[in-house]
Amino acid sequence: MRVALVLPAALFGVLALAFAAFMILGRDPRLLPSTMIDQPVPAFTLPALRTGEPGLASADLNAGAGVKLVNFFASWCVPCRVEQPVLMRFAREGGAPIFGINYKDKPEDAIKWLKELGDPFARVAADRDGRAAIDWGVYGIPETFVIDPAGRIRYRHAGPITQDVLERNLMPVIKEAAK
Amino acid sequence: MIAEIGLYALVLALVVSLVQATLPLIGAARRIPEWVALAAWTAPAQLVFIAVAFGALTYAYVVSDFSLLNVAANSHSAKPMIYKVSGVWGNHEGSLVLWVLILALFGAAVAGFGSNLPVAFRARVLAVQAWIAVGFLAFILFTSNPFLRLDPPPADGRGLNPLLQDIGLALHPPFLYLGYVGFSITFSFAIAALIEGKVDAAWARWVRPWTLAAWSFLTLGIALGSWWAYYELGWGGWWYWDPVENSSFMPWLVGTALLHSAVVVEKRDALKTWTVLLAIITFAFSLLGTFLVRSGVLTSVHAFATDPARGIFILGLIVVYVGGALFLYAARAQALAGGGLFAPISREGALVLNNLLLTTAAATVLLGTLYPLFVDLFELGKISVGPPYFNATFVPLMIPMLVALGIGPMLAWKRGDLGGALARLTAAFAAAAAVALATLALAWGTGAVLAALAMALAAWLVVGALSELAERTRLFRAGAGESWRRLKGLPRSALGMTLAHLGVGILVAGMTGSLAWTAEDIRVMRPGERVAVADYDLELLGVREGVMGPNYRATRAGFAVSRAGAPVAVLEPEKRFYLVEERPTTEAAILTTWRGDLYAVIGDPDGKGGWVVRLYYKPMILWIWAGAALMALAGALSLSDRRLRVGAPTRARRRRGAEAPARA
Repeated sequence: MRVALVLPAALFGVLALAFAAFMILGRDPRLLPSTMIDQPVPAFTLPALRTGEPGLASADLNAGAGVKLVNFFASWCVPCRVEQPVLMRFAREGGAPIFGINYKDKPEDAIKWLKELGDPFARVAADRDGRAAIDWGVYGIPETFVIDPAGRIRYRHAGPITQDVLERNLMPVIKEAAK
Repeated sequence: MIAEIGLYALVLALVVSLVQATLPLIGAARRIPEWVALAAWTAPAQLVFIAVAFGALTYAYVVSDFSLLNVAANSHSAKPMIYKVSGVWGNHEGSLVLWVLILALFGAAVAGFGSNLPVAFRARVLAVQAWIAVGFLAFILFTSNPFLRLDPPPADGRGLNPLLQDIGLALHPPFLYLGYVGFSITFSFAIAALIEGKVDAAWARWVRPWTLAAWSFLTLGIALGSWWAYYELGWGGWWYWDPVENSSFMPWLVGTALLHSAVVVEKRDALKTWTVLLAIITFAFSLLGTFLVRSGVLTSVHAFATDPARGIFILGLIVVYVGGALFLYAARAQALAGGGLFAPISREGALVLNNLLLTTAAATVLLGTLYPLFVDLFELGKISVGPPYFNATFVPLMIPMLVALGIGPMLAWKRGDLGGALARLTAAFAAAAAVALATLALAWGTGAVLAALAMALAAWLVVGALSELAERTRLFRAGAGESWRRLKGLPRSALGMTLAHLGVGILVAGMTGSLAWTAEDIRVMRPGERVAVADYDLELLGVREGVMGPNYRATRAGFAVSRAGAPVAVLEPEKRFYLVEERPTTEAAILTTWRGDLYAVIGDPDGKGGWVVRLYYKPMILWIWAGAALMALAGALSLSDRRLRVGAPTRARRRRGAEAPARA
């Protein structure tokens, strides 16, 4: 009986400690520094989301001039909906090609989703089991990486790209990386 | 000047709270009547001071005083008046002032309406309530001052997120907070009971009205939020298992369990320690919600601008309140050992099952919400938890819950007769079977079996609730006059229960219908083209660009809707671009009927004279909100009964006799 009475307090203690650790270690998902920064893009090969289209592999990101963006998204991810109009506008204005990686999703859901919200991506690859996302060190989605012309990761943003984030955080990096 | 008065009022409120948190508590322990009596005055005084602060902030918003940082950051002179006012709680600082305002409101209500409480007990309740106020007022004053000045003031404000400029969202936070913060009273009652070492039927009778009020408000608040997401976000969904949605849902689940277990304490003097624990946990979940939204731990569409320092502060408050409460519980709860024994098959047994399933469901949701954080913290990998997790864990828990919900009210206290209860539910069985078969016959296809099961459960609940009412009023067995007399004689709390359970049935039907048989069509349409969605025909009449609103520019489409050749309505969905915030929003046009909603959204032009349109038909979706509203209404109905009963134990005893299931 006594154990049963103490149990809630003990459980709560563990939870509170974990939260405190979380706050103090500063694992703010948006500030989380990536070990991937200034590294070449990890080796991966993914099939295309839509059959008959080209897939995506590390070589595609190493090759060719210009800055590229890689965006992890899923149809079940709510913040992804928030950033989609921003990505659409960015793509329309020709900022840089965005390569979409569809994370742990049913292809038919993802295709429907892109039809509904618009498809800003130069290519869309499907990472059905999330293996590539692990190689990229993806924390949670949406997550966006800026790749320089040499195929190095220059910046990563965890969380939705709002207009504000785009202008304040991404655009300077994109300009810098293009040099 | 007005803003400085507001700030000063907050400081005064903090001082008053400090007095209320200490002197009445000491007075109750040392038997100093003057100190005990103090609480009855400080609680209303606290309310007055916080109301002044809230009024000052609202005034600054109404007159667009951009010399206040908070107003400049969240408002704009061209915003319609209602959204200037709702902008007060559309941001972190202002919403906290609303939070403490409601806290003080509940405290003052206990001081005002609690005259039937023992004086020392009321003083202790109010002291605990004041401890909460001290923490949150300090939080506002030290980390989130809404009255900070800007020098020089900007010419105009930055505006409010256009998604939030909406009537549903104007009302959603106040109701949600009335629910969240309302549970602070139950918490204070639980702590006061632990301090006194006494929980009895009278305690449960005092606690129930407050629990009911908070629960009804929370139900409404969640329903409003879901309704808003449905019509404003423009993709027709109504629940996303978003972490912030979850953090309002968890207190609801545990609060619902509390509502039911308090009945057992009141009627049977059992489950006392458990009920006290639930009261603590319910408020703990409310605090957790506050923490998650404001600390930056979670990323969500709902989250406020976040700041780790604030997160640490709230975490500290949670540790003090919940940790302190649970330590007190560990030390004192043994003194509360309960009396009434009961067989597993009994009304109590059914309520225990209800409690187990609801709390397990809450734990499941908690796990799904926090798991990604902890997995990352311990560097076990990076994972995301989406709706698939919740569908796989939450739904299976709800199925036995709903089955039992039909049977529970038919069981007698102490020792029930399962066979007899089931026999009285023959009509519900028949209805469930008929609905299941009809569903399978009419809508055969993928997922039809699940849909049939869910619809059968809905019918089971609705007919079960009605059978229970028929049983009590001896409908069909006694004459109509006798039944009517019995119906009028039923306590309102009993009617409230029936109505709430009916509401659950309607809710389940609405969820199932809208999930299982949604029809959708995404296509490019040119003016003059027609398309059929479900049994409606839509013709795109035209698209007008550059329609000006008060603070936005819109593209508006017109659809002529007809059904079986007869015109029904014209739908005008809009795509708005808010000029100050430079953000687009979609304004869906919705034709709402009891059968279902026709939902139209206009998208981007394809550059060749056509427009992307999204059209949905969502069957029975109105039932979701009707069911939730019925549940909240049932809470209010039950509340109107409780107030009569509180403080009238003799009458309550007589009523208890009358309430025994009419099957003798």
